Amino acid sequence: MKILTGNDLPSGAVIWWAGDGWSRHVEDAVDVGEAGEATLTREEGARRVNSAYMIEAVATPEGPRPAHIKDRIRALGPTVRPDLTLKPADPDAGSWVI
Amino acid sequence: MYKYDLYDQAIIDARVDEFRDQVRRRIAGEITEDQFKPLRLKNGLYLQLHAYMLRVAIPYGTLSSRQLRMLARIARTYDRGYGHFTTRQNIQYHWIKLEQAPDILAELATVEMHAIQTSGESIRNISADHYAGAAADEIEDPRPWAELLRQATTFHPEFSYLPRKFKIAVTASPVDRAALRWHDFALRIVRDEARDTGFEVFAGGGMGRTPFLAYPIRAFLPAEQIFSYLQAVLRVWNRHARRDNIHKQRMKILVHELGEAEFTRQVEEEFGHVLKLGTDFPRVEYERISAHFAPPPFETGLSEDIDRSDPEFALWVDRQTVPHKAPGYAIVNVSLKKVGGIGGDVSAEQMDAVADVAEAFSFDELRVSHAQNLVLPHVRKQDLYMVWQALDAAGLADINLDLVTDIIACPGLDYCSLANARSIPVAQKIATRFADLDRQLDVGELKIKVSGCINACGHHHAGHIGILGVDRKGTENYQLLLGGSGAEDASPAKITGPGFDEDGIVDAVERAVERYRALRDPGERFLDTYRRVGFEPFKEAIYG
Repeated sequence: MKILTGNDLPSGAVIWWAGDGWSRHVEDAVDVGEAGEATLTREEGARRVNSAYMIEAVATPEGPRPAHIKDRIRALGPTVRPDLTLKPADPDAGSWVI
Repeated sequence: MYKYDLYDQAIIDARVDEFRDQVRRRIAGEITEDQFKPLRLKNGLYLQLHAYMLRVAIPYGTLSSRQLRMLARIARTYDRGYGHFTTRQNIQYHWIKLEQAPDILAELATVEMHAIQTSGESIRNISADHYAGAAADEIEDPRPWAELLRQATTFHPEFSYLPRKFKIAVTASPVDRAALRWHDFALRIVRDEARDTGFEVFAGGGMGRTPFLAYPIRAFLPAEQIFSYLQAVLRVWNRHARRDNIHKQRMKILVHELGEAEFTRQVEEEFGHVLKLGTDFPRVEYERISAHFAPPPFETGLSEDIDRSDPEFALWVDRQTVPHKAPGYAIVNVSLKKVGGIGGDVSAEQMDAVADVAEAFSFDELRVSHAQNLVLPHVRKQDLYMVWQALDAAGLADINLDLVTDIIACPGLDYCSLANARSIPVAQKIATRFADLDRQLDVGELKIKVSGCINACGHHHAGHIGILGVDRKGTENYQLLLGGSGAEDASPAKITGPGFDEDGIVDAVERAVERYRALRDPGERFLDTYRRVGFEPFKEAIYG
């Protein structure tokens, strides 16, 4: 599957295209199929996302997982600071990143 | 320390106002990211893996307590409670919000700091010996020259759109603690037979994809001609630089392609022209700047004795302090390399604690080293025990200067959008493997440097043992290098062979260290043994 990611313009936070808006959580990402480029153009033009791009992801029961380690680390946070990841209270949150 | 005058402050304040307006226009959609990116980079603001990253300049690695407290405040107020000291004596924050960046720069300006020249195609923040002004072996304090060059080049139109970044380092000691020969342009202060001050000049060094050591382009340059000479070097580079090819833009590539003799010839020819322009500084300007770096009022008649009855303290003194130029004083190295921690990271609370120690015991001065540690440059030996206790209370009394756990590592794939592999976990695992202090002391000086990509921010080319993270079909892989040095015996490290996974590279490092222990002669460092016996015995140990 193909999903979209980028950064929130004013805060810089990593965000994922959820079909009707942008989410901080990769689990909310949707398969954009052939509509990816058009969505990127529209959303960047509207300044709802910054430096957005399309990536390959794998569908899992827990939601999409980016195919490349770089985007998996983007999705959760630095592997060396679990206290600073998006779900710091969840000890299993990073089990899929590496 | 240098104090801003009205001009310095006006320039920095105006720059904050300008950037505030640029950020406003970007958020309002009046300019695109393509238009905004070069503007934010000129203010040290990158877009990294998780957020914006702000890199703040620490000129020649010198800080006051007041400035360090401001860095702590920024960590606490605008970031996530910590900062990361870099291999170019700067600090960077990894969780910055664009909308708050102008406020941060405004706060920095109140303590005479900024983020200019920490990114982009500019003369980057000039680095220096982190013992400058305190070292027992220095000819004179090199920082006035660094400050003079900083002032001469900041916003200079001729140097504002260089072909690529340009890194300068300055030292004044025979021992190189600033990795001189890994810089585009490096200066070592020397004296000629008439005792006049000048520079031994090196040019054309750099790490990255294509590592080159700077070569000695001038054995002696009269000090007062330094700006003309730098201008000549930059003009020759500007004239020929391959702006069409990002991999060939650095000056080291031009030096390599022209050859040292021809590059030198062209520089000397240009230097002859530039000298006639009379753009060098009058001596009085150097003296104005130099006055800011007058030594602090060292006491005389101090005791050299240190009460070593506490064995932990004695160990710390032996490893973390080095000789000072003034009798009765010592230079204290504050390790930011706790085993299992993140090298170069320091919390806001720790920054405040070190600032307090510096204010009480080191004439209010601090240094940042390119090895990502802090330095208290002027501590009375009779105060060392109190300093040690205060640092210990802040979790900063680790003993490992230049040992196997004092590892340089870039932020790597945990933070950096350029990285291919994580650096920090590798450094943590190696440090944990060698955590036993007796073992570290037995191994002795061993500089391990880890980079998460070929850009080499972790200085892997200069590591006695270097590690380079690469992406191999979507998984992290680590190449091992041996024999590098960033000191006065500078040399590029050599790749040993096929790479390893994360655990495999730790084992490989340990095998190399054990081979060294088996082969070393008395008094030899790892690097000495490697150079004596050569590559093959180590390769055999690593790959079997």
